[in-house]
Amino acid sequence: MLRDITLGQYFPGNSWIHRLDPRIKIMATLLFIIELFIVDNFIGFLIAAVVLGIIVAVSKVPVSYILRGLKPILLILVFTFALNMFMVKGRILWQWKFLHITAEGLELAVFMAIRLILLLMGSSMLTLCTRPIALTDGIERLLSPFKKIGLPAHDIAMMMTIALRFIPTLLEEADKIMKAQQARGADFETGNLMQRAKSLIPILVPLFVSAFRIAQDLAMAMEARCYRGGENRTRMNEMKFKGRDYAAIVMMLLFAAVIIIESKVL
Amino acid sequence: MSIQVKNLKHIYEKGMPTESVAIEGISFEVGDGEFLGIIGHTGSGKSTLLQHLNGLLKPDEGTIVIGGVDITAPGVSMVDIRKRIGLVFQYPEYQLFEETVAKDVAFGPKNLGLGEEETEERVKEAIELVGLDYDDIKDRSPFELSGGQKRRVAIAGVVAMRPEVLILDEPTAGLDPKAHKDVLNMIEEVHRRTGNITVLVSHNMADIAKLSDKVLVIDSGHMVTMGTPKEVFSKREELSRVGLDLPPITNLTEELRQRGMDIEQTILSVDDAARQIAEYLKDKGHNKC
Repeated sequence: MLRDITLGQYFPGNSWIHRLDPRIKIMATLLFIIELFIVDNFIGFLIAAVVLGIIVAVSKVPVSYILRGLKPILLILVFTFALNMFMVKGRILWQWKFLHITAEGLELAVFMAIRLILLLMGSSMLTLCTRPIALTDGIERLLSPFKKIGLPAHDIAMMMTIALRFIPTLLEEADKIMKAQQARGADFETGNLMQRAKSLIPILVPLFVSAFRIAQDLAMAMEARCYRGGENRTRMNEMKFKGRDYAAIVMMLLFAAVIIIESKVL
Repeated sequence: MSIQVKNLKHIYEKGMPTESVAIEGISFEVGDGEFLGIIGHTGSGKSTLLQHLNGLLKPDEGTIVIGGVDITAPGVSMVDIRKRIGLVFQYPEYQLFEETVAKDVAFGPKNLGLGEEETEERVKEAIELVGLDYDDIKDRSPFELSGGQKRRVAIAGVVAMRPEVLILDEPTAGLDPKAHKDVLNMIEEVHRRTGNITVLVSHNMADIAKLSDKVLVIDSGHMVTMGTPKEVFSKREELSRVGLDLPPITNLTEELRQRGMDIEQTILSVDDAARQIAEYLKDKGHNKC
């Protein structure tokens, strides 16, 4: 169950997408997210889905792997879908006591669900195809102009690297603790909501203790290697735009233009 | 009560590009009241095997029959299985979570649906069985104990469920020599007192040689050999090929044999070795006179 969470995970590969400059990929992802909010009709989503489909195909990340990442947000998805479906007023299609489904509500529900799915799939492509180190290097570089107004770009980037790095570690830890408590007869699957929430205590307490222990070990290891933040640090891999990066920029802008025109015209 | 494992196979991440076969073709039997030692290199599939034994993992192939019940069959009650088979994970102290030691040890028995009285009795018994003073420790927080004490409390949490099979995954890893010895003696004591089947995974060959009735050797998910400690540790070359060593004392006596000392083959305990060497030296002394 815990292994299903693919958000923030890296999928090793050497595709065109994998080799793109991380700065390009971050900007492209941001742009993609913004575009999803500009889109106001289904044809726009269709275009976005096709573009995403091409990116997925080129990246060679298995579709099943990406779809697994949707499982954890299934609840949110169902919830927003239901809310939209029942709450929006308009032409009534179906009614039962105080519940009613309207045509407008149904349309909005589908619309929002598609937006959510594309949003999650699009943003998970960023982390799936970019090494965490490259990703944070990219973030640091993109934030570095703000250093002038006192933004600690390096520290932010480092915190993000660590957070990303520890998603799988903590998942593994949680898995281990869950199994250990199951071996002691703990039951996480049955009972009402209160009982289930209570049954999480034997997992959460050890998990927090572990998290603090891991954090302390990491801090100590970093100090032992004389880590002192971003001042005067050089890097092993200097980031430089290559041909494919310029090609990607052109494609990105083209896609953005299509989306904007499409939503204005229709 | 006995365990029969037949042709066990498990694949991790089946169908994914990262798919890997963890264990394959594992078959063995453990009889009533026996002590089974499992040895193998890190990553050889020992922990995967253990997790199958109490139903935390389901095999892709093969069967596990424990006390006449096939626990791999669909529809078997997992609660029943875990009631009978206790599994102590590596570094079990990381699963402690309650405010007091007594409450933490009571977690298992409570999950079995036992009443207050029975639970308290079992908690008391388990804490004393692992060599701690019940009255002294029961109201303390498990987080303020020493490493060795935490480990024992965690093991007590499983012992309190009175499992017919007790499985321990490297219970002495990371302990200092004294705590190591204490925990080991405690395992022996629990085994002796309750007459359960005990399965011990360890990297310490001397411990395995001392405690086990049978030893199972696995390497990269496959069975290498199984037999009594004497049989297994007589296969020095085979063991070293899979990255395992003999117990230190056996290494010493084999070395002495090679240099011409006429003593028994595959001596597994220090006492045995001392007696044999003393006898040899005495004989040699007589011959000289």
